[in-house]
Amino acid sequence: MKSLEELKAIRERNQGKVGVRSENETQTRVVVGMATCGIASGARPVLTALSDAVQKESLAEKISVTPTGCIGLCQYEPIVEVMEPGKEKVTYIKMDPEKAMEVFELHLKQGQAVAKYTLAAQQL
Amino acid sequence: MYRSHVLVCGGTGCTSSGSQKIRERLEEEIKRNGLENEVGVVKTGCFGLCALGPIMIVYPEGSFYAMVKEEDIPEIVSEHLLKGRVVKRLLYDETVKSNDEILPLQETQFYKKQHRVALRNCGVINPEDIEEYIGTRGYEALGTVLTSKKPEEVIQIILDSGLRGRGGAGFPTGLKWKFAAANQADQKYVCCNADEGDPGAFMDRSVLEGDPHVVLEAMAIAGYAIGASQGYIYVRAEYPIAVERLNIAIDQAREYGLLGKNIFDSGFDFDIELRLGAGAFVCGEETALMTSIEGNRGEPRPRPPFPALKGLFQKPTILNNVETLANIPQIILNGADWFASMGTEKSKGTKVFALGGKVKNTGLVEIPMGTTLREIVEEIGGGIPNGKKFKAAQTGGPSGGCIPAEHFDVPIDYDNLIAIGSMMGSGGLIVMDEDTCMVDIAKFFLEFTVDESCGKCTPCRIGTRRMLEILEKITNGQGTMEDLDKLEDLAAHLKSNSLCALGQTAPNPVLSTLRYFKDEYIAHIVDKKCPAGVCKALLSYKIDADKCKGCTLCARTCPNDAISGSVREPHVINQDKCVKCGACMEKCRFGAIYKE
Repeated sequence: MKSLEELKAIRERNQGKVGVRSENETQTRVVVGMATCGIASGARPVLTALSDAVQKESLAEKISVTPTGCIGLCQYEPIVEVMEPGKEKVTYIKMDPEKAMEVFELHLKQGQAVAKYTLAAQQL
Repeated sequence: MYRSHVLVCGGTGCTSSGSQKIRERLEEEIKRNGLENEVGVVKTGCFGLCALGPIMIVYPEGSFYAMVKEEDIPEIVSEHLLKGRVVKRLLYDETVKSNDEILPLQETQFYKKQHRVALRNCGVINPEDIEEYIGTRGYEALGTVLTSKKPEEVIQIILDSGLRGRGGAGFPTGLKWKFAAANQADQKYVCCNADEGDPGAFMDRSVLEGDPHVVLEAMAIAGYAIGASQGYIYVRAEYPIAVERLNIAIDQAREYGLLGKNIFDSGFDFDIELRLGAGAFVCGEETALMTSIEGNRGEPRPRPPFPALKGLFQKPTILNNVETLANIPQIILNGADWFASMGTEKSKGTKVFALGGKVKNTGLVEIPMGTTLREIVEEIGGGIPNGKKFKAAQTGGPSGGCIPAEHFDVPIDYDNLIAIGSMMGSGGLIVMDEDTCMVDIAKFFLEFTVDESCGKCTPCRIGTRRMLEILEKITNGQGTMEDLDKLEDLAAHLKSNSLCALGQTAPNPVLSTLRYFKDEYIAHIVDKKCPAGVCKALLSYKIDADKCKGCTLCARTCPNDAISGSVREPHVINQDKCVKCGACMEKCRFGAIYKE
């Protein structure tokens, strides 16, 4: 070890990893429907894409990505819900990894919900 | 990259309740479900709630599974890890609210009042992976100190923080460092005292097992502060997991250049070696510990000269306890004021206690100094099981004393404990209920010190044995009131004449029980009774003729044929033959057998 910078590089590489293990109420929670319906329509790549992105950008202490059960709208799976503290829940439907990355960039990082993918935008 | 981390406790408690098997099965099941690239299994150190082991936590949800069995694993993997449905029936019941909501672990009784500084990483990181330690700001304190602080500045920070030695005596750590730094020598040493010997204490063990790098980092900081280039960790050979993880940690630190030559390009060299102790209690005493590291029989020597002047190999040396060291990097990173803001006026920071005995949640707790015994026992510990009453708590192991119920609300710190006749010690805290005989407890601790006395000085070698003999006499019902005076007299001699702290503090359990529970001693001596029903010589088992149905079960159970009687007639115990094992009382379905 020659410098603090070198140490910092290792720390940043691992921060995402250990950050996954933090818990607090100010976290934004992202849940991905992973019941049979969700898995069948491709929720797993969505879940891993979101989880990887959060850890890569060392945001794991602020954003938790977890699987959840069926929320009852099976025909709209894969479903991703974003719950920010003090805000209304936003439900995204028919997700795939690319759309999920859009949500990550715009909503999770910049705070702009991606209206076109939400349940509200869909004609029910 | 894993989306979910499953942390399985690899501390000593959970390992002995089978966490190794759980981990293997978990990895197998994860593979079977094709999740091996999504879910990582991490072996960590102690979570603290040892009573509920084996323990497993799933992140990012933070679901706390307690008393996990191997056959539960397939369900947890397929339901929780694959489908995201937490298996509520297997969770620690305190985390599940009545409306089925799940509480975060930090909100439960056991963790709510705790404040983790020394145990910060225990149960969070993989202790065998240096990168995880670095990921939680590990070695940053060492880097900062080496690149931007002078040794005297480091010592000043530790002085200002008010940190006192966690091994028992509570000597200010910064002062120790200052003395050693002021003495000039061609070589100085930093020693870590990991010879944790108090019966019931396992906090140092848990730090070494859960976060070994913090000890290495702190020793290097200490080395820089006093000008030492060599450190020794004296750890007991009975701690195999701790030894193994320390060895791994030292190898990794050397590999990353965090131990060895020219650390952080600062010109500072520091290396650490392990020394295994054979488990003698006296080797926890600093001079005996150093004598043992030198390769001699572990016996204490008179002080002065103090180790700061002439310690290991006759060179200036500092000795710090594991828990003390575990606080150092945090103090450097967060500042002396941060540390000094916790605790009481003269005892700063937090203290780890190994909570054991008659309490629901046994395990490891870290609380700010000044927390009361009531909070520890009733809130964190979850109270006394089976509706029994609290009688006393024993702190400080064989060097400490008992705290009776009347001092339940005294804030715990170094000075308050001494004032009420006990001491902090390394932090064992044994809770006792009304079924505990205080004379018997005093006898237990004296048996320990008699065994562990090294024999070098007469007061300790002979004195402890004479005291034990008197206690045996009392518990056998042959004591006299003069014996109590003799006990106090002997205790005074031991305190003033013993060479080291082992003998000086050995009478404490006797003195404190005499102070608070003299009536129990008197009951043994005058009434020939043991009020708690523990001392065998003073109690007899009897059968209540009104309640006995004559079922003959007790007579058949008795290993010594001491019970006689015919069918459907009340039975009688022959007191000459009875060995007082209590087997009959356990078996009787009518509650007809009692002891008095």
